[in-house]
Amino acid sequence: MKLLTGNDLVSGAVTWWTGNGWSIHVEDAADVGEQGEAILHAEEGARRVNAPYIIDALPTENGPRPAHIKDRIRALGPTVRTDLTLKPADPAAGDWII
Amino acid sequence: MYKYDNYDQAMVDARVAEFRDQINRRIAGEMTEDQFKPLRLMNGLYLQLHAYMLRVAIPYGTLDSRQMRMLAHIARKYDRDYGHFTTRQNIQYNWIKLEDCADILEELATVEMHAIQTSGNCIRNISSDQYAGAAADEVTDPRPWAELLRQWSTFHPEFSYLPRKFKIAVIASSEDRAAMRLHDIGLELVRQDGELGARVFVGGGMGRTPMIAPEINPFVKADDLLSYLEACLRVYNRYGRRDNMYKARIKILIHEIGADEYRRQVAEEFAHVKTLGIDPPLAELERISAFFAPPAYDAANVEPDRNDLDFALWLDQNVKPHKQAGYAIVNISLKPIGGIPGDATSKQIDIMADLAEKYSFDELRVTHAQNIVLPYVAKRDLYAVWQALRDAELADANLDLISDIIACPGLDYCSLANARSIPVAQKIATRFADMDRQRDLGELKLKISGCINACGHHHAGHIGILGVDKKGVENYQLTFGGSGAEDVSIGKIIGPGFDEDGVVDAVEKATEVYKALRQGDERFVDTYRRVGLEPFKEAIYG
Repeated sequence: MKLLTGNDLVSGAVTWWTGNGWSIHVEDAADVGEQGEAILHAEEGARRVNAPYIIDALPTENGPRPAHIKDRIRALGPTVRTDLTLKPADPAAGDWII
Repeated sequence: MYKYDNYDQAMVDARVAEFRDQINRRIAGEMTEDQFKPLRLMNGLYLQLHAYMLRVAIPYGTLDSRQMRMLAHIARKYDRDYGHFTTRQNIQYNWIKLEDCADILEELATVEMHAIQTSGNCIRNISSDQYAGAAADEVTDPRPWAELLRQWSTFHPEFSYLPRKFKIAVIASSEDRAAMRLHDIGLELVRQDGELGARVFVGGGMGRTPMIAPEINPFVKADDLLSYLEACLRVYNRYGRRDNMYKARIKILIHEIGADEYRRQVAEEFAHVKTLGIDPPLAELERISAFFAPPAYDAANVEPDRNDLDFALWLDQNVKPHKQAGYAIVNISLKPIGGIPGDATSKQIDIMADLAEKYSFDELRVTHAQNIVLPYVAKRDLYAVWQALRDAELADANLDLISDIIACPGLDYCSLANARSIPVAQKIATRFADMDRQRDLGELKLKISGCINACGHHHAGHIGILGVDKKGVENYQLTFGGSGAEDVSIGKIIGPGFDEDGVVDAVEKATEVYKALRQGDERFVDTYRRVGLEPFKEAIYG
């Protein structure tokens, strides 16, 4: 599956295209399929998200898992500061990255 | 310390106002990211993996308690309660919001700080010896010269759009504590027949093509220094490659045309530049130097009581001799075992500011090894300083030992990184947590970069580690034999890379080889240089 991701213009937070907007949770990300480039260009025009790009991901029962470790770290947060990730109370969340 | 005059303050204030307007226009959608990006980078604002990152300049790594407290305030109010001290003696905040950035810069400007020259293809923040003004071995205090270069380079109209970024270091000791020859220009202030001048090295650097700067001029008189540097930059600006960013640094130019030809062109340019009268008059040099006058030393030369064993170990490892009897240089390690190299909480930053105000004539330094220095501590106060540091978890006695690791933010934060650096640093420090073991290994500088850009100085590590992306998996190459000190050298890759745990094992095996083969007081790097790579390879790869 293909996901569209970028960083929110104002907060800089990692954000994922949900099909009708943006979410900071990768679980909400939609498969953009062949429409990625078109959505990307439209969103660049809207100037809400910085440097959007398309990535590969695998569907799982808990939602999409980006194919590359870099995007998994983007999705969750730094592996060395679990208290600053999106799931600070989940000690196993880091395993999802590695 | 240098204090802004009206011109300095007006320039910084105007820059904040200008950037505030640019931010507002960007948020309002009046500018694209392509238009905005070069503007934000000129103000130290990057976009990293998780958020914007703001890099704040700390000129030649020197700051006072008021400025240090401001750094803590920024971390607390606008970030996530911590900051990261960098190998360019700056500080970075990892979780900045664009909408807050102008307010942050406005607050920084109230204490004479900014983020200018921390990004872009300009002359970056001037770096220097963290012991400047305190070191027993310096021929003069390099800070007035670093400040002069800061003023000369700030918003220099000719050098704001160089082919690539440009880094300058200034030292004044034969012992190099600033990796001087791994800079685009390295200056070593020296005296020749009583006259002050500088050895000028040009064309060093790390990154994907590491090079040691050759000596371009063995002695440039202090009176000619700015003109000579102007000539060095002009030749680079004229002929440095702008068609290929990977070949745009001055080291590539000098490598391609040769040091002799570069030296000839600089001499030719210098003959012209010298007629322009850009070297400052003596009165201006004296004005700047007056800001760096020695503090009012008044302590008797009393050796501290060594009865507390932990304190004594810290004294031996982290406290260095001072030029002034009765005083010492205190190194505060930001490398707790298992911690993140260079990170400090706002509370710790405040505590270090308090200690500087109370015990170090209100001055601190940031080191390129990502530690903090209190440069003027009376020996009678060392125990009190140590106790306060211990209570703040800042008293690790590991300066220059294997756990005093330089590490870039790596893939945990950086958009350029290929692999994580910090977890490797944490695992190595934890493996060698036993302090007796660390002290037995002696000076061992281990440096880790998460990509070929080498922000973690891996080329200059006695042991260097470079993280690479191997088909989507983190992989770590080991290098041995590098040094950023006066015995400067570039490390050599020892063989195939390792996974995260494998590289920790390999480092441990290398230390065992060193222990078996060392002679006398040899450091790890000395033994490696004497015996060569083979015994290490044999142990590591079998």
